Amino acid sequence: MVYLLVLFPLLMAVLTYALPSERLRPWLLPAGALVHLILVGSILNQAENAPSVSGLGGWLLLDPLGKLVLGFLCLLFALCSLSVPGYLAQHKERSNRVFCANLFLIQAMMTLVTMSYHLGLMWVAMEATTLASAPLIYFNQSARSLEATWKYLLIGSVGIALALLGSFFLAYAMLKAGRGSTLRFDELIREAPYLSSAWLKSAFILLFIGYGTKIGLAPMHTWKPDAYGEAPGVVGAILAGSVTSCAFLAILRVYQICNAGTDASFAREFMVFIGLFSMAIAAVFMAQQRDIKRLLAYSSVEHMGILILGVGIGGLAAYGSLLHMINNGLTKGALFLSAENIQNSYGSKLTGQVRGALRRVPISGVLFLAGFLAITGSPPFGPFISEFTIAKAAANEGQFWACGLFLLALAAVFVGMGATVLSVVQGEPPAETPATPYRERVGTCGPILLVMSLVLLLGLFIPSPLESLLREAAASFEVKR
Amino acid sequence: MGQLLDPLLIIGLALNFVALGVSRIRGVINAVAAQGMLLGILALFVHPGVRLRGILLVGVMILIKGFVIPKLLIHAMREADVQHEVNPAISPITSLLLGAMGTGLALVYSYTLPLAEEHQHLLLVPASLATCWTGFLVLTTRKKAIMQVLGYLILENGVFLFGLLLLEAMPFLVEVGALLDLFTGVFIMAIIVHHISREFASTSTEHLSELRD
Amino acid sequence: MGRPMVWNTFHLVVTFVLPPLLLGVINRTKAVFAGRVGPPLLQPYYDLIKLFQKGSIFSTTTSWVFWAGPIAGLVTASIAALMVPMGHALAPISFDGDLIVVVYLLGLGRFFTAAAALDTGSPFEGMGAVRELSFSCLAEPAIFLGMLVLAKLSGSTQLSTMLGASLGGHWGTAGTSLAMVLLSWFLVLLVENSRIPFDDPNTHLELTMIHEVMVLDHSGPAFGLILYGASLKLFVFASLLVRLVCPWVALNSWLGWPAFLVGSVAVAVVIGVVESVMARLRMPQVPVLLVAASLLSGFGLILLVR
Repeated sequence: MVYLLVLFPLLMAVLTYALPSERLRPWLLPAGALVHLILVGSILNQAENAPSVSGLGGWLLLDPLGKLVLGFLCLLFALCSLSVPGYLAQHKERSNRVFCANLFLIQAMMTLVTMSYHLGLMWVAMEATTLASAPLIYFNQSARSLEATWKYLLIGSVGIALALLGSFFLAYAMLKAGRGSTLRFDELIREAPYLSSAWLKSAFILLFIGYGTKIGLAPMHTWKPDAYGEAPGVVGAILAGSVTSCAFLAILRVYQICNAGTDASFAREFMVFIGLFSMAIAAVFMAQQRDIKRLLAYSSVEHMGILILGVGIGGLAAYGSLLHMINNGLTKGALFLSAENIQNSYGSKLTGQVRGALRRVPISGVLFLAGFLAITGSPPFGPFISEFTIAKAAANEGQFWACGLFLLALAAVFVGMGATVLSVVQGEPPAETPATPYRERVGTCGPILLVMSLVLLLGLFIPSPLESLLREAAASFEVKR
Repeated sequence: MGQLLDPLLIIGLALNFVALGVSRIRGVINAVAAQGMLLGILALFVHPGVRLRGILLVGVMILIKGFVIPKLLIHAMREADVQHEVNPAISPITSLLLGAMGTGLALVYSYTLPLAEEHQHLLLVPASLATCWTGFLVLTTRKKAIMQVLGYLILENGVFLFGLLLLEAMPFLVEVGALLDLFTGVFIMAIIVHHISREFASTSTEHLSELRD
Repeated sequence: MGRPMVWNTFHLVVTFVLPPLLLGVINRTKAVFAGRVGPPLLQPYYDLIKLFQKGSIFSTTTSWVFWAGPIAGLVTASIAALMVPMGHALAPISFDGDLIVVVYLLGLGRFFTAAAALDTGSPFEGMGAVRELSFSCLAEPAIFLGMLVLAKLSGSTQLSTMLGASLGGHWGTAGTSLAMVLLSWFLVLLVENSRIPFDDPNTHLELTMIHEVMVLDHSGPAFGLILYGASLKLFVFASLLVRLVCPWVALNSWLGWPAFLVGSVAVAVVIGVVESVMARLRMPQVPVLLVAASLLSGFGLILLVR
């Protein structure tokens, strides 16, 4: 059964690539995504040691953490895929064959990442997502998107290579300790206390830097503004929501191993530092940002910093991090999709030309504004709950400096982002805005509405299955006292 | 067998410096190809008792790293009508000295990492870290897109050099998967280099600096 | 080790008779490679004899430095040749720390050659002096790091002991280091004696010359002294290489001397081959190759110390 979860999107990718009809192809995406979501949903209810959630001799396993990320991935993919037909209808000048097929390919590889219980397999799947997403960034084939794709591919590949070296370090540590030569996570965690701490620390640093490049933490984030800025909105949503969550999962698994080892306090301090550093960098670059999609990219850097900060603080903050992963992913989805609508309507994404969105594209404008409020942590939206949890946990753990800097960065981001967003949505549209074929329709606005309502829902009420899954997942990297 | 290993690793390190110092792109491509083939040969030396699976892997690695990838890159160069000079951002002497410094640091750092008994006196870990450093150096200090791809290849060579320690123990799947990803990555990079040249009529990534804050 | 007086005399004879033959061998090898017949092996001797029979012309703008150049070059090379062990165990002059003296004697000779070049006041010579001195500066670490390797292996700072019979055993254990030193010293030989790929001895374009242009204004016997001194210098470096590769010649002087002579000729042949198959490097690339030579020696040392 667990093989089906990966094979189905792969099959859909092949089907999409083979289908000759340009008009029909985009509709395969929502259809396939929904079926995939149903498949995943039926698996999530199974217990951990049920035979249907493992495979390949233990190389594939869905533990609570994996289930959490997988469920969220498929939900986001399904919601985003609903907007693909509408987007592609406006960009008929290009063939959407590679675009649609690669979206399924990414989904398949991300599913594989969440299910991988083997360090090497997870690495292969992450590399595959990098390669599969590169053509998507290059969809509109302009000089700028070429530059963005090049930087994405190069920096991402370097990060992945470092992650491979880190994986090798771990494998060698196991070999040296004479503990068998496997890279399965449960065995790594079990044997971690016996591994030499020099190797373990070096491996952690390398793996963190490698997967941190994928997730877009500072100072390895330089590809993010370019890639998210030039990619189509749907791609940006999936990259910012799903792919980063997969990379976050990878970091969590690595942290689990390190935590089970000798002493992980250096790892936690390192993560707190990098998390705060990312938030600071994001705050600095978000001020005076003239490009709405690059603004969202920096917001993504900031929130990845928040995720890592939460893990570094530990305890309740880890729970908050996992919840924030979901909140952030959904909100980013809404933001990117609405930003795409605004860009399509105005024919530009720079604040010089984009003003008065509330008048020109009322629904997308409102949703964009709502997304901004959500992502900067305003109640009653979901991110408020998760960020508040992290701040409270930081204060509880006695990390007052971290808590204070965290709140300061959040405030700086609110001001910086707010200036840009408010100038985009308020006022009058400029007179020289060209007339574009974009119209506010169900196809373009409906999915965003769905996503934002989910974000609102999570802010008001967390369903108990989700809550228990979150707790189980957070417990898996509980700090040893 | 073990005695022949050190000289081969020295040759690998020397190829790093060749890649840092020569002024023609073809020279760097040849150095990287030679390093890839050396990696394959080294695999046979590190694990003398290797079976058919290992020999097959070595053969495939030599083929891909030594012949296929360089041919791909040369083809991309020809199509993109690239000029043959390297044009680094820092002078060759600075590159050589930085590479030497990195190699020295790699030697020092690998002393702090405890090695298993049979690998005690090998240069493998320092050589692998030094090669990674060289790859990173080439990647960051060269402006042409093809040179950045070559820097990435050297980085991968360094990672695989370390992986040689695990050849017997490491499952076949991951090795093949890693090799496959490398090939696909370089393939895609070659396509992008082609697009870059088409777009900008040059493959210097100096042109790829429009996106900034 | 045999009767030192006899062998020392033989050493003197070889030192003063053999070097021009090496030049002849190099030229002959290049001719064979090019498919020509080439000049006779003894041609350099004939050239020297011809030069010594000519008259000298000294420019009125030069001073005593101008004719001190050739003389210093000859004297320093001769003394250095007396300190390098050749076909037998001990060189005629040998003491602790003589490795430094040898290198800096050659440096002294180089200094006077450059000074003589600058003395003429001609821009060509000045250009050649600048190039020669800067390249030699870069080559110096290569020699010394190599010497350090040998000193560490043999535990002494006398050239005769460092390149002595015990080196044979060290080739087995520290072979990689010694191979790197050998390669690095070969590159130093090429640069110090102005051979391809650093300088083309056959070029007639002054702007591309390094060594040739420094001695452009010397004529007659002075030029003969320069040619002879240069061949002596080549011989010194070649002896170092031969002893590095075949240290066992020190064991038995009767067999050692013939072997050494054959080895020197072999080094000359190798130089000829290198000159035939390679082209000269572009000027900016020469420092890169020299730094690489120094790094080679350096890594040989690091490998040893590890």
